[in-house]
Amino acid sequence: MNIIALLQDPNTLWILVSSILLGISSGVIGCFAYLRKQSLMGDALSHAALPGVCFAFILTGTKSIFYFLIGAIIAGIIATISIGYITRKTRIKQDSALGIVLTVFFGVGIVLLTQIQHSASGNQSGLDKFLFGQAASMVQSDVYTMAGIGLFVIAICTLFFKEFKLLSFDSGFAKGIGLPITLLDQLIMILMVIAVVIGIQAVGVVLMAALLITPAVSARYWTEKLHVMVMLSGLFGAISGLMGTILSTQVNNLPTGPLIVLAATCIFVLSVVIAPTRGVIAKIVGRKKSKNAFLKQHIKQSVKDGNVI
Amino acid sequence: MNHFWIILIGALVASSCSIVGCFLVLRKMSMIGDAISHAILPGIVIAFLLSGTRDSIVMIVGATCIGLITVFLIQMFQNSGVQSDASIGVVFTALFAVGVVLISLFTRQVDLDLDCVLYGEIAYAPWDTLDIGGMNLGPKAVWGVESIFIVNILVISLFYKQFKLCSFDSAMAAALGIPVAFFHYLLMSLVSITTVSSFESVGAILVVGMIIVPAATAYLLTDKLNRMIIYSMIIGILCSSIGYYVAYLLDASIAGCMIMIAGLLFFITLFLSPKHGVLLKKWKQHKIAV
Repeated sequence: MNIIALLQDPNTLWILVSSILLGISSGVIGCFAYLRKQSLMGDALSHAALPGVCFAFILTGTKSIFYFLIGAIIAGIIATISIGYITRKTRIKQDSALGIVLTVFFGVGIVLLTQIQHSASGNQSGLDKFLFGQAASMVQSDVYTMAGIGLFVIAICTLFFKEFKLLSFDSGFAKGIGLPITLLDQLIMILMVIAVVIGIQAVGVVLMAALLITPAVSARYWTEKLHVMVMLSGLFGAISGLMGTILSTQVNNLPTGPLIVLAATCIFVLSVVIAPTRGVIAKIVGRKKSKNAFLKQHIKQSVKDGNVI
Repeated sequence: MNHFWIILIGALVASSCSIVGCFLVLRKMSMIGDAISHAILPGIVIAFLLSGTRDSIVMIVGATCIGLITVFLIQMFQNSGVQSDASIGVVFTALFAVGVVLISLFTRQVDLDLDCVLYGEIAYAPWDTLDIGGMNLGPKAVWGVESIFIVNILVISLFYKQFKLCSFDSAMAAALGIPVAFFHYLLMSLVSITTVSSFESVGAILVVGMIIVPAATAYLLTDKLNRMIIYSMIIGILCSSIGYYVAYLLDASIAGCMIMIAGLLFFITLFLSPKHGVLLKKWKQHKIAV
């Protein structure tokens, strides 16, 4: 199937649009996570969302992305509060606290999932598919929800750009000038949870962590300015979504999520190699240049001193 | 009898995981355990495609290789200026994606379901028995996890001093001439081997949980490394036996219940630990204030 025929298929078009939107919103919010050294928070939040989603399903009995979102946000907030509490109150470091919350929440989620499956309410099938993500199963209304939420995430990030920037680079100063940093902190977390939940349905729990980190890390290679980094990261996310979705329609039987992640990984590897000043090639060239300059200087000095070289 | 086998497998997995987990928690590398356990998926699939069997030494070799490659890649990106947590995240998700793509590509040849890899199904483990010359020697999984347990115990006790020094003061260890990098990769090999051997019987999530949670709980109970290892093994065994009965009562996922119990024990220790518990600290502060 060629690309033009592909775009005429409304179903594929919807999936394409939502993958791109997902890429942009997770790329944008991922930058703040990266700068705040909370890259693995995305991994923790996407696992912690599971019990929230299960509770939402048990309480409402419907598979609606809106209720899932509310359940996941509540679970995400509890998870971030627990991680913060464990790190502050004990000698356990943040990485272990993250790991504990991640696995325990996911364990509880799995127990709930098996309970739901055994309760045999006919509507539950597909809830486990939710875990691994199936972009192909998305319907038009899901795409509308995703589009709305994606735009919301981007709007909030633009609105609070200055505050988020200050918080990421100098939270002590932000506190000093009277910004409500705990509130802003929680706001970034909620945006992350939202991005994660809309993403889980498309790419799955584990791979959603990649959509938050990989574009942001790639963008960091290209620039020193936060607004450029955020835009680049959103762009990289969008390209990954586009490439992944198109590839998965071209090759039979391949799931969209991992392909989106692999596309993001390709952009990352490219950035590592060819980015100006920070990339591998630029570094090698720079090293050679400074070595040559040093040698030239050395030769000049030696000639001046009248030494024989 | 099946109850016994399941609890035994769970206990062996939990103890071998918590032994290596103690070192990871101390070295602030807990998330590397999580990363390795996801990243070895392509190693398992490739080894499975090459060998055609599920319970083969090839699978452990494949997974260990990928595990070491993962650690190497993470280190490489870290050295080139990526934050350590971000480089962990980028590497393991990419490898996991490769694994998922491989499974989908060869889905007809591979009798390897993503669900079973991630969750594992310990409940079925007792049925897959090892028979030699018509004699039933018990479940295969028991032999598998038991040998890994013995390997872990042997390696850790042989090089206990070196591992200890590397974990607490790697600069000092390097100054004393201990090959720090070698022990780093040796520990990572143990993590990979432990993960893969536990994978098919209990699933990735239980492995990650058992690596981190009992070790962190033990860390709140004692200041001595040897006690920490023993405590975390005891906690692991408690989790697997209590967790199994909870699962039996609730008719729920066994692996999930075992982690739930681990979480509960951690929660209790967090507040009530005699040395580092939150409540006791508060009480002490209160007493000083008065």
